[in-house]
Amino acid sequence: MLAFLGRRLIQSVAVLLVMSFLVFLGIFAIGNPVDVMIDPAATPLERETAIRALGLDLPWYQQYFAFLERAVAGDLGRSFVYNEPALDLILTRLPATLELAVAAMVMAVALGIPLGLWAGLHPGSWLDRTIMAGSIFLFSMPTFWVGIILIMLSSVWLGWLPSGDRGETVSILGVPFSFLTWDGLTHLFLPAFNLALFKLALVLRLVRAGVQEHMSSDYVAFARAKGVSERRIIGRHVLRNILIPVITVLGLEFGNLLAFAVVTETIFAWPGMGNLLIRSIQVLDRPVVVAYLMLTVVIFVLINLFVDLAYSALDPRIRVGGRA
Amino acid sequence: MSIPFRDRPLGMFIADFVANPYAVIGLAGLVLVIVLALFAPWIAPQDPYDLTQLDFMDGNLAPGSAGWTGTVYLLGTDDQGRDILSGILFGLRTSLMVGASSAFIAFALGALVGLVAAYVGGVVDALIMRLVELQLSFPAMLIALVLVAILGTGVDKIILALVLVQWAYYARTIRAQALVEKNREYIEAAHVLQYSHSRVILRHLLPNCIPPLIVLVTMQVAYAISLEATLSFLGIGLPLTEPSLGLLIANGYGYLQAGRYWLSIFPGLALLFTVLSINLVGDHLRDILNPKTRRQ
Amino acid sequence: MAPLLDVRGLEVTFPTRRKPVRALQGVDLRLQPGEVLGLVGESGSGKSVMARAIMGLLAHPGHVSGGQILFEGRDLVGLGPDEMRALRGNRMAMIFQDPMATLNPVLRIEEQMAEALLAHDPRMPREAVRARCLEVLRQVGIPAPEERLRGWPHEFSGGMRQRIIIATALLNRPALILADEATTALDVTIQAQILHEMRVLCEANGTALVWITHDLAVVSGIADHIAVMYAGRIVESGPAGQVLGDPRHPYTRGLLGSIPDNAQPGSALAQIPGLMPSPADLPRGCAFRPRCDRAGAGCGDATPPETKAGDRVWRCLHPLNAEVPA
Repeated sequence: MLAFLGRRLIQSVAVLLVMSFLVFLGIFAIGNPVDVMIDPAATPLERETAIRALGLDLPWYQQYFAFLERAVAGDLGRSFVYNEPALDLILTRLPATLELAVAAMVMAVALGIPLGLWAGLHPGSWLDRTIMAGSIFLFSMPTFWVGIILIMLSSVWLGWLPSGDRGETVSILGVPFSFLTWDGLTHLFLPAFNLALFKLALVLRLVRAGVQEHMSSDYVAFARAKGVSERRIIGRHVLRNILIPVITVLGLEFGNLLAFAVVTETIFAWPGMGNLLIRSIQVLDRPVVVAYLMLTVVIFVLINLFVDLAYSALDPRIRVGGRA
Repeated sequence: MSIPFRDRPLGMFIADFVANPYAVIGLAGLVLVIVLALFAPWIAPQDPYDLTQLDFMDGNLAPGSAGWTGTVYLLGTDDQGRDILSGILFGLRTSLMVGASSAFIAFALGALVGLVAAYVGGVVDALIMRLVELQLSFPAMLIALVLVAILGTGVDKIILALVLVQWAYYARTIRAQALVEKNREYIEAAHVLQYSHSRVILRHLLPNCIPPLIVLVTMQVAYAISLEATLSFLGIGLPLTEPSLGLLIANGYGYLQAGRYWLSIFPGLALLFTVLSINLVGDHLRDILNPKTRRQ
Repeated sequence: MAPLLDVRGLEVTFPTRRKPVRALQGVDLRLQPGEVLGLVGESGSGKSVMARAIMGLLAHPGHVSGGQILFEGRDLVGLGPDEMRALRGNRMAMIFQDPMATLNPVLRIEEQMAEALLAHDPRMPREAVRARCLEVLRQVGIPAPEERLRGWPHEFSGGMRQRIIIATALLNRPALILADEATTALDVTIQAQILHEMRVLCEANGTALVWITHDLAVVSGIADHIAVMYAGRIVESGPAGQVLGDPRHPYTRGLLGSIPDNAQPGSALAQIPGLMPSPADLPRGCAFRPRCDRAGAGCGDATPPETKAGDRVWRCLHPLNAEVPA
């Protein structure tokens, strides 16, 4: 177990190094890092000082190591716009994004698994056909477009749910969350649903295919021959098997959710880090973009690690440290 | 030549395709979209970007209303009197152009890299595939955002960003296929005949790797269109001078709360129609070309 | 003595888009308590359908469309799903072909065994469940069963898994076990071992056993009676020694001819020419006629009726070594 963790950590650090190098190289290849790291509005004297301070007059590989050194210390540059450390700026917005992504994930799973089970157990029924036709429709709709439709239906015409901001929040350990107040929940519902729809289609298809595959397997036939009830066969035997791919895919898709949260946050004016990223790109606040990227890489590496651990916990065949 | 057409490969392929009504609808929709996009300048009632054709008096008209001069605007106008239908037709043109060209350039690049990786093998293959895996472990959306942040905006930059997002999918698919084909007799025969490497790769290996890629290209064009629309909607895609569907939707979005739904709903429906048509075709192509699901 | 299992005129139908397909037609089968029956036939002969029909496990949309299945005096045809469930794994158990696929890979052995007990007695105490599981595991010769119980299926070899499955089938002391090609996927040596153990276990528990296989050689050692199936019908049945030593039906002789032990050294193994017809389009008359070298007058007219002689029954108009009844 420890050996596995150690190996994964080394791999993760390698990925981080490669990604940081690629980002660094990208910035170098495309333009002058001076433009990237220093506010274009600075006076020539300020520029000079900043170039010295950031070591931009050094050869590129020395700069890379300096960049790494600062990054390890948590210094990913200062925002031109907010004049704050870029990392702090992003970290204060991280909880809002995580809340949105987790809410979306919960929705996708809570709806996708039962619907997928039902469709898989009743293939060819009208609901099954509707679900399958609907899922290709969902796959074809860009997230932002769905968001617009949702806003239009719920807020503008029906006047039900608010579509902007986080609403009333409650602080836990100094971090504000929306889901603890009714007002916050109503604000959370639409953007989370928007983000969840695509994943819902995915979970649904995955579960449906899994149910069909496993219900015709020998171990289900044997469980029936033992006199085990259908309820237990589906709920324990089949579901336990299906959860393995579902959790793997969802874990990997969680990263995708964070990326698409950028779109949803922009549409619903949700004050998360995706919203910040778009504004930073628009106003060329590049230190924030670089910091966002590095933080995302770290999050991704962590997610992948978590998925691997969850996977081995669920599937005894690849349990790490156990008997093979 | 005495084999009836429907029993020859192309005939069977067409017969399989036509058997699915959704696929036929998708194909019809796709053809319609392409025709509209190609002939937009001749079909569109006005050139929405020729300021001399715009009439401010006709601004903010609801769909179906007649303007100052009696012109009927089927899908309404924006605040500058721009005909939404014409805007959609021109936007479709831009969206399709960007989506298709990026998918095809990415295809060429990815195919080349994938073929070389499979053909050369060894360290080159390992390095290329590590890079591909690394890129594919991050969502395309995120990579596109980062590339746009680094590259800046503009048609060429967006196409470049979309190419860089997509190439890895092609490289992975074509490498896997090429590894299978590489060990077939006909490639060995080509080696025995001492053909040049480039000839073996391009004339022998590539054509045999094409079928699974057709599906991928179809799906990727849809994805590229959707991604470009998203970036443009976010205001970090195409510039205002080249309004794609995404930009039209973004422009109209601000007026949604004011009840002027037509500004973004109609371009959105056009986008949905386009992507859905391509996906229906692609989904069915996958079923036909996949030997596992192919009917006997 | 009243038979444990008495199948009368069983007919199983699978509706298809074109026409309903009869997988079993007019099958009669009788089994005394504690008896071992070898049910032999090629794949597609209907022997697995037979086992599933008895267990009430026919895959949808297949169903029993005629006849009776009397088990312990009760007709199983038309029994509700809950009543069938109460019998399955309790009074009758089934063992499947592929031990690698029969156990759920993500559940521990203990859970998969225990549920067979708990399904029929939800209030059975944990210790009693565990004790019974250990007992049957010992019976089938699993070493260190306490440790094995905590294991996962992938930690066992094919032979060990099949032993665990057999142990699971024995848990509720069933009156009948149906074993569908239960050793086909295993090595020949392990196959022989398990066959022998099964025979001993069934004798000790008084359990009747239906051993389903395509391989006559497998059942020759353990079966009291043998029934040979062809294209959805039983074409010959009788005491094992008589059927094997002196077959009546040309198909049975053909099956015997393809056993290596019976062949002359150096000669090619006798094979039955052709393939078994699909139940979807059976030839007129005797289904074996197109492959039969004895086919003659009357074979193409109607399905040959049953001929009974003592314990033996066959369906053939031109049987081997028998007086054709007048």
